[in-house]
Amino acid sequence: MIRVEGLTKRYAQNLAVDNISFAVERGRIVGFLGPNGAGKTTTMRVLTCFMPPTAGKASVAGFDCVEKPEEVKKRIGYLPETPPLYPDMSVDEYLRFVGALKGIPSAELAKRVAEVEERCAVADVKNRLISKLSKGYRQRVGLAQAIIHNPDVLILDEPTSGLDPRQIMETRDLIKGLAGDHTIILSTHILQEVEAMCEQVIVIAKGQLRAIETLDDLIARGVGAVDVEIEPREGELNFPLVKQVLEKTPGVVRVTQTGEVRHNRVRFAVESTSGHDARGDIARSVVAANLNLNELRSGLEKIYLELTGSQTAAITQEVPA
Amino acid sequence: MRNIFTICNKEIKSYFYSPVGYLLLTMFALIIGFFFWNVVGYFAIMGARQMQSGGNMNVNEFVIRPLIQNMSVVGLFLIPLITMRLFAEEKRQGTIELLLTSPITDAEMLIGKWLSAVIMYGAMVGFAAINFVFLFAYSNPDWKPMLVGFLGLMLQAGALLSIGLFISTTTKNQIIAGATTFGVALLLWTFEWVAGYETATWAKVMSYLSVMSHFESFTRGVIDTKDVIYYVSLTFLGLFLTARSLESLRWRS
Repeated sequence: MIRVEGLTKRYAQNLAVDNISFAVERGRIVGFLGPNGAGKTTTMRVLTCFMPPTAGKASVAGFDCVEKPEEVKKRIGYLPETPPLYPDMSVDEYLRFVGALKGIPSAELAKRVAEVEERCAVADVKNRLISKLSKGYRQRVGLAQAIIHNPDVLILDEPTSGLDPRQIMETRDLIKGLAGDHTIILSTHILQEVEAMCEQVIVIAKGQLRAIETLDDLIARGVGAVDVEIEPREGELNFPLVKQVLEKTPGVVRVTQTGEVRHNRVRFAVESTSGHDARGDIARSVVAANLNLNELRSGLEKIYLELTGSQTAAITQEVPA
Repeated sequence: MRNIFTICNKEIKSYFYSPVGYLLLTMFALIIGFFFWNVVGYFAIMGARQMQSGGNMNVNEFVIRPLIQNMSVVGLFLIPLITMRLFAEEKRQGTIELLLTSPITDAEMLIGKWLSAVIMYGAMVGFAAINFVFLFAYSNPDWKPMLVGFLGLMLQAGALLSIGLFISTTTKNQIIAGATTFGVALLLWTFEWVAGYETATWAKVMSYLSVMSHFESFTRGVIDTKDVIYYVSLTFLGLFLTARSLESLRWRS
């Protein structure tokens, strides 16, 4: 559905995106992960035909973004980082305007507007001015705007940034609900977001492609580094004992404390021999020592830091035809 | 075609979402109304004196012509207020990203916006022109030269509005867009002054470039092809620059 080959974008002296290639299949939710300034927005702006690349090619549904922008634009719904809203319009007026702009026939416009308002849960504020809406509502109006012409591809630039936890959950659910009909690319610098929503992850940093794999593969990479939180079942925490229990677990090579002891709980990063999934053994030995295992998770943060750090080399992969 | 209409319609509504549209209509009507009152008052006194000496004063010459000239000058001050928000506001709000990623061409977008500005100006002129109706009730003016005068006003505004539209694409700041447009419009207007004391070729060129030197014939009720061509070319130049500026926006941003 989306193909990017050797994409490069240079602003004056600054190389924003450096020879990136990837392909996304129809119906997938793909997370575009990277620190701020990694080149996520730039790549998205090329895909949406907002601007042309310096070198390389990008195509959506078989149409080249430079040669056939009008075909690409018809098939793409785009939510920029700041939703492109007109504060003086009501939600209804705004969505009608965008719908007309995206080429929805006048006869279907009212019906289509009502549909997306329902779907994005903004029907209750449809007559209100956008300037009077909360940030969560504005984000949802932004999403409604992106899906109004029922595009094949949805491109969402940091769709949950600046929202409160409840709004983040609502927005994530909404995006997941859209997945069946649309191919979705969403950018984020938050790992949990990718974990919560995406099937495939594209990691970029400093304008370079660092990894492109399924979420399961990414998590599998992390089994060698596990984060645990431990609490004694009763009595005071015996710190040396806890550490010893972890160190003696088969396959574990290093145990590092992460953070202070708080509320009688302690956190460790546990590294095992490479490729070895030590999670089962860790759980068994902790429980056997009469300790509570509050949390045990793959150290995604560590992978993220490794992948986006300066040591990791860029990968240039062949895009399947 | 539908895209042009969509954009134009949205822009016209935008003028009236905020007080800007009402303010422009009111200010223009108020100023022209005051001018009308003065010109008619003066005409009534002068006309009475002329009658005593057996002469006759022409309404077209002494009322309509100066009023249309004044409308052109007042328009010069208000045109920056019409165009300054057209692109600067979209850039500031980030809605330019919506427009540039929608399946419409740059040409459709800028023509839609320019058209909305022309309609806004036309509404201002139309509102103020109600004054002229009274002349027909109490006098016997010739309506043809008057219509030519209005045609001149629209042609002149079309050209200045296209330049204002271009200037609006170059900044996020409405005030900068408005002030620059005002400066450019005023300079284009006053260029003709050099012809008053200088006869060299450069002075002739400068005077030819002035929007005012091409307006005079319209106020006399004469449609001169070279003046029409001047305004139409200037309009195309403004729209062309706007298109180029939008294109460079894509490359740079």
